[in-house]
Amino acid sequence: MNVIETSGLGKSYGRVPALHDCTLTVPAGRSAALVGPNGAGKSTLMNMLVGLTVPTAGSAAVLGGQPAGSAAALDGTGFVAQDAPVYRSLSCADMLHLSRNLNRRFDQPYAEARLAELGIPLKKKAGKLSGGQQAQLALTLALARRPSLLILDEPLAALDPLARQDFLGTVMTALADGVSVLLSSHALAELERVADYFIVLAGGEVRLAGDADDLLAGHRMLTGPAAEADRIARQQPVVQVSRAAAQAHVLVRTSGPAEPVPPGWEAHPVGLEELILAYLRAPGGAAQPGVAAALRPEPTEVAR
Amino acid sequence: MTVLTLPAQPSQDAGMAPLPWRRMVWVTWRQHRATLISVPAVVGGVALFLLLMGLKVHHDYAALAACHGAGAVACENRASALTSTDWTMANTVLILMNLAPVLIGAFAGAPVLARELETGTFRYAWTQGFGRLRSTLARIVLIAIVLAAVSGALGELFAWFFGPPMQNHGMTPGAATVFVTRGLAFPAWTLAAFAIGVFLGMLIRRVIPALAVTFGAFLALDLLAWLVVRKLYLPELAPGRIALLQRLPAVPHFWPAQFIEAGWLLALSALLVAATLWLVRHRVA
Repeated sequence: MNVIETSGLGKSYGRVPALHDCTLTVPAGRSAALVGPNGAGKSTLMNMLVGLTVPTAGSAAVLGGQPAGSAAALDGTGFVAQDAPVYRSLSCADMLHLSRNLNRRFDQPYAEARLAELGIPLKKKAGKLSGGQQAQLALTLALARRPSLLILDEPLAALDPLARQDFLGTVMTALADGVSVLLSSHALAELERVADYFIVLAGGEVRLAGDADDLLAGHRMLTGPAAEADRIARQQPVVQVSRAAAQAHVLVRTSGPAEPVPPGWEAHPVGLEELILAYLRAPGGAAQPGVAAALRPEPTEVAR
Repeated sequence: MTVLTLPAQPSQDAGMAPLPWRRMVWVTWRQHRATLISVPAVVGGVALFLLLMGLKVHHDYAALAACHGAGAVACENRASALTSTDWTMANTVLILMNLAPVLIGAFAGAPVLARELETGTFRYAWTQGFGRLRSTLARIVLIAIVLAAVSGALGELFAWFFGPPMQNHGMTPGAATVFVTRGLAFPAWTLAAFAIGVFLGMLIRRVIPALAVTFGAFLALDLLAWLVVRKLYLPELAPGRIALLQRLPAVPHFWPAQFIEAGWLLALSALLVAATLWLVRHRVA
């Protein structure tokens, strides 16, 4: 089952496209990270997946084909929006009661135990909690609904480093319990710990999407004489070229470790962060094959 | 850190029934407690005032009627004294009653969705399993029921309070300012103001601007009703002061006119609620 499927999904505000021709498939049981700079369309995509935003093009489905925003889709999806909105004048206990009334399932003992463990008093007004505690409360409300899919929009933004570790720990636990997760963030290094599936958005387009291991196996860094870089770039599917005086590093897509290395060049495996940054820097067309029709994208030149 | 585990969710939701509506009663009560307490409290205070003053006014006018046996001069003095006291007060209350629908309806209506949109909590409220159209509709209907009951009761009490002074000063229930404060028209105007407030709150997405525009829209609607619409079904009585204590002529078509006025106002309200739900469905983030 695919927990997320979008096809040609797009959203424009007036004539300004926020997201364009987004076609994605995220299998169940994964922890998918949505990565990209501000304004890349991350929140727009997430809002469309929970039905808060109506697409202007294409379609989105979750949980094995349920239309995004439908009753069945919302029933199985726990969503924590950016800035973790809660009713400031309601106590934590009232927030739990609210979620219990608004949902088919609500695991009250779990929610109470989790808040107790976090040291968040039930009687305290949600508006009096710190930003981090509000985020934890919102996550607790979402988890206690026992969702099959958890969608978290920038959940780490309000958290200090220690709270981030706790928060990600909770997400890992949910994953281990069979919940599929989609979360967005700027914090690449922290995402690497929890995510095993990456979607790179930039300029309203999907630049790269896939299983982390597949992505790493599908790329390598070629290092060789700078003078030959252009020749290599013509022969190989290049994502990015970085030149120094004598040496050039060329990030290329590869069919696997068996693919021969050009004479005089060395091949190195590439790191996830390096790979994602390369795709974020790449101009619009450089999408991964299979994600969008990209024939021979122009490589980016990075001075070293 | 967290050792709590979460049982995996089996996919069991193929033919699920929607969540029962009654769950929205607590939700609405808790989320709109300020409105649901303050409106009945303020109206209750006004009602207490009307009750106490009404007893005095009824007593005064009964005494005036009883003085008929006495000399005409004494009666005239008594009548003019009442004009400067009871009639002035009753008229002031009448003006307030003309504004009551918009005061009640706008303050109850504008924040219903505008507050959610302003604070961002709609991202929570509208992604819960209950579904955003159903939960929005349930909230609007439940608050509307409370407003209709409260304003209907206030209208009845005012009609009793205002009866004797109105009779003595030649006003009839057919006069536009009186007509809208009683019967079905008064709660209908209140509901219309509420629906305008809810709709504009959804459209404008901010509480204070939505409140201001609601007042403006209500006054425009009031003017439209007064200058154009009401003439179609409420014949104007021949002007002229009806002599003191003369039997009040029955207003022809009072109740049909009430039904027509309440009818178009409620139809307008239903249309505004439908438009609001359309916006909730199509024009969110």
